[in-house]
Amino acid sequence: MFRFILAKLALLIPTFLGVTIIAFGFIRLIPGDPIELLAGERGVDPARHQELMIQFGYDLPIWQQYLKFLGNLLSGDLGTSIITKQSVVSEFFTLFPATVELSLCAILVALTLGLPAGIIAGVKRGSMFDHVVMGGALVGYSMPIFWSGLLLIMLFSGVLGWTPVSGRISAMFYFESPTGFMLIDSWLSGEKGAFKSAVQHLILPTVMLSTIPLAVIARQTRSAILEVLSEDYIRTARAKGLTPWRVVGVHALRNALIPVVTTIGLQIGVLLAGAILTEIIFSWPGIGKWMIHSISRRDYPAVQGGLLLIAAIVMVVNLLVDILYGLINPRIRHTE
Amino acid sequence: MKKHLIALAAGLGTTLAVASMAHAKTLVFCSEGSPEGFNAAFYTAGTTFDASSRHIFNGLVKFKRGTTIVEPGLAESWDVSADGRSYTFHLRKGVKFHTTKSFTPTRDFNADDVLFSFGRQWAKNHPYHKVSNASYEYFNGMSMPELIKDIVKIDDYTVRFDLNRPEAPFIANLGMDFASIMSAEYADNLMKAGTPERLDHDPVGTGPFQLVVYQKDAMIRYKAFDAYWEGRAPIDNLVFSITPDASVRYQKLKAGECHVMPYPNPADLAAMRKDPQVNLLQQEGLNVGYLAYNTKKAPFTDARVRKALNMAVNKAAIIDAVFQGAGKVAKNPIPPTIWSYADNTVDDPYDPAGAKKLLAEAGIKDLKMDIWAMPVQRPYNPNARRMAELIQSDWAAIGVDAKIVSFEWGEYLKRAAAGEHDSVLLGWTGDNGDPDNFLAVLLSCDGVGGSNRAQWCNKEFEGLIQQAKVVSDKAGRTELYQKAQAVFKREAPWATIAHSVVFVPTRKEVVDFRIDPFGGFIFYGVDLK
Amino acid sequence: MDTTSTNTAPPSPLREFWGYFSQSRGAVAGLYLIVSIILVAVFADFIAPYSPIEQHRENLLQPPAWQDGGSWSFILGTDAVGRDILSRLIHGARFSLFIGCVVVFLSLVFGVSLGLVAGFLRGPVETVIMRLMDIILAFPSLLLALVMVALLGPGLINAMIAIALVLQPHFVRLTRAQVINERSKDYVISSRVAGAGTLRLMFITILPNCMAPLIVQSTLSFSTAILDAAALGFLGMGAQPPTPEWGTMLAEAREFILSAWWVVSFPGIAILITVLSFNLMGDGLRDALDPKLKRS
Repeated sequence: MFRFILAKLALLIPTFLGVTIIAFGFIRLIPGDPIELLAGERGVDPARHQELMIQFGYDLPIWQQYLKFLGNLLSGDLGTSIITKQSVVSEFFTLFPATVELSLCAILVALTLGLPAGIIAGVKRGSMFDHVVMGGALVGYSMPIFWSGLLLIMLFSGVLGWTPVSGRISAMFYFESPTGFMLIDSWLSGEKGAFKSAVQHLILPTVMLSTIPLAVIARQTRSAILEVLSEDYIRTARAKGLTPWRVVGVHALRNALIPVVTTIGLQIGVLLAGAILTEIIFSWPGIGKWMIHSISRRDYPAVQGGLLLIAAIVMVVNLLVDILYGLINPRIRHTE
Repeated sequence: MKKHLIALAAGLGTTLAVASMAHAKTLVFCSEGSPEGFNAAFYTAGTTFDASSRHIFNGLVKFKRGTTIVEPGLAESWDVSADGRSYTFHLRKGVKFHTTKSFTPTRDFNADDVLFSFGRQWAKNHPYHKVSNASYEYFNGMSMPELIKDIVKIDDYTVRFDLNRPEAPFIANLGMDFASIMSAEYADNLMKAGTPERLDHDPVGTGPFQLVVYQKDAMIRYKAFDAYWEGRAPIDNLVFSITPDASVRYQKLKAGECHVMPYPNPADLAAMRKDPQVNLLQQEGLNVGYLAYNTKKAPFTDARVRKALNMAVNKAAIIDAVFQGAGKVAKNPIPPTIWSYADNTVDDPYDPAGAKKLLAEAGIKDLKMDIWAMPVQRPYNPNARRMAELIQSDWAAIGVDAKIVSFEWGEYLKRAAAGEHDSVLLGWTGDNGDPDNFLAVLLSCDGVGGSNRAQWCNKEFEGLIQQAKVVSDKAGRTELYQKAQAVFKREAPWATIAHSVVFVPTRKEVVDFRIDPFGGFIFYGVDLK
Repeated sequence: MDTTSTNTAPPSPLREFWGYFSQSRGAVAGLYLIVSIILVAVFADFIAPYSPIEQHRENLLQPPAWQDGGSWSFILGTDAVGRDILSRLIHGARFSLFIGCVVVFLSLVFGVSLGLVAGFLRGPVETVIMRLMDIILAFPSLLLALVMVALLGPGLINAMIAIALVLQPHFVRLTRAQVINERSKDYVISSRVAGAGTLRLMFITILPNCMAPLIVQSTLSFSTAILDAAALGFLGMGAQPPTPEWGTMLAEAREFILSAWWVVSFPGIAILITVLSFNLMGDGLRDALDPKLKRS
């Protein structure tokens, strides 16, 4: 087990280095002059342009810039945003909890609804329920979520007025945010209506973001259950006379959930990509929206730092999922 | 400690909740973007100025609310020397700075603060010059470094600016956002404490509101400064709820989640006019959207070609389709709200037949050219892409084959400055309400290779605007600018397309909100019923 | 009982495949939908009532025919510049299919080649290739595609290249796994003993036997490509206006979500139906081609 984890970790390092090269290289290759962008229609004269280039360190040769970049990275400095002049790391982590909160809610919804749906669909294969669940999952899987998000807003906020339109909480509330998670902070603040407002603001974005993971988890769980149910040991359990639900619950489930864990891990990348679109549509102040704006404003350090941090997070989560998989998959657990 | 904080917050919370229903007036503004920061001197975006200079700070002079008329601010009065090179400011007494978590002032505003605020931007060896990785875009953009010879403190309440040459617009420049006055005492304290960057993140000014908190990309909260020198603001709290999408802003306005919103979708204007809860205000913007021809590239060196192309453009259709009515056709390079606007200018008529004839006269057949369109939305052009498509089809009707070209914004600006285009869509929003700010920046010989994207250098025009910089009486300048506009019309280096009309929807409860000609959103003096 | 021997030769692979495939009604429906979409795309010039970029200046933002203010000359209404939405949707099908084909083609060509090389040669070459794929997978796909498009410049071609790059790892991994599976089988060893060269072994001996999962993956990647391209178009980074690509149409429609619902709804429905049909068919293909799941 330990060797398994170590092997995974060892793989991580060259991958991470590759990620830094890509993050650094890509940004440097983007056409567009950030100094010109700062100046806008007014333009900037060549002398001042050169001055600013030196100030931001763009005049050094590329490989030197890369080494400087790596050096700073090791000391935790990912540069300063050109636009706001603030540290990229602090900007990222100020906004990160918002994205995490949204993603966690989405994956929770996806699991809470997807797992049981997939299990029941698999157990009752061929039934009406199975067809409905699979049909629904297929539609969810094929849905352009940026469109469904717009429709959700149109219907629930515009026509029905049940949910607010954007943001994390009504502007009328103000309290300190020690954790950055609006649900927790609004609860802690004790302000009347704050928690309810936070929940209301979370509903539509969560629905939009959970669409794809929900569909995928339902489908995968069903496949896994079907696969497991056709195994010999299940036939044995049935032959022994165990009730169907005991068969499923005790014997099938445990083994069926193993491949599902991998699926969840794979969904992290999907979730972050979906978070970008969700945050744009709902003005959710998270890192997805921040990345889009940084890209369009040619804020080199912010895009670089953001790419790197996001990739690092995806890799760490995948590593954890791999370890979890190793722990619960008896074949791997018992190879030592 | 945390428990106390939570209890305090809970107490404050309940107080606020009750108060917000009865006593404390909180005005919510659904702003269109996040501020880049809180020190206006570093930035150029209007969004940033709304969040900083327009509420937290004051300048030596200011503009009368809702107009471009200069009036005293932190300077009660000023004298201009006979040669126009010295401006002596007499500062206001008894002006207080904010008291915040990081600063308690021990003295009133005085000349030291003026020297600090300008010295930081001007003197390269000033201890604060490089703090926060600063680049003073506007200070440099308005050519202040080569304009200012010296800044002299005469006594605690008198400061004199010595200029290298007479520059009539100088006074208007001092009303701009970069010229906000900061606290020298606060700066000194922070420098001694070793944290000078806090000056720019935890701002302290003399303005009507002080910053309470900024929740990144989500919300900014201000509270009224009780000891404000002009009188406390009528509202108690000001909240900016950051909402980048215009449809969403409108929904929030309808739901009462915000009181004022900027930049509505033109498509929503009709509904807003009919809505009894909404008060739709409008005013022409201090801007101009234009199509600049590259006057250094053949065949655009010939004024007849430029005129002909102008005559082929159906500007009314553009106002309809691109601005959806929220615009006015432009016939001069400056907007009607600026003094010296030449009312009697006759615009190029929409006459495709005449355009064809003129082109033939100039000996042009089968003209192929490009139209550059911006990838971003600007106040003077909500959809450059669409505008380019319309112009493209207008020109196709007179036999001109135009290709639409676009780059990402920074690249676009750079290449247009270098003159790589045949024709480029761009525009300009005024900084200080002075005609020089349009005509000299965009059309002077100095600007070629920079902001003069038409690369146009005309001796007659140049002579007129340079003289107007030196003359200090308004009537004299007006005459010169009107002559200059006539030259411009004759030579047509641009197709002047439109001035945007600024619409600001507010809720009916909002009292006395005035549209700022500079495109700002100013809430001092605004009240809630 | 009839004892005359009928032709008991095993059914041809195609017939066998069709037998399994047609068992799933969804898959068949998907196939018919795809054929319809292809027909619509091919004959767009004849079917569409107007040109997709023609602006009817008198009919800006006209609602669909069944609503007040609509007319049957513009069945699904018009957009902000007066372009007929139905015609744009029809021509948009061309773009979506084009995107899918190009992306899948690029991904297949490069992905399969890399996978073959990795699976066949093993050793350091394999390590490098798989690490490269890991690096690509470390970034969320949309983000990577966005940065690439920002690098290359917004536009349809660049968006397609970016999406193809992002989809690479799936093809590479799949091919490699298949190759590793197959290379230790008898027929491969005997070919090698008979003296077949590496290239021949890779492309002619092994590859045909890996086709089944690749076909399934291609179909699913087709739909992913359409979705990703639409997302990029929505963010303003894909096809540029006035191209009638469905995602780009949605980007332009965002400001009308309260005032002109038809500009928002129809392009999205088009995307949904197209992607759905490819996924349906992909599922059907997987069930029909994958022996292990034949029982499902």
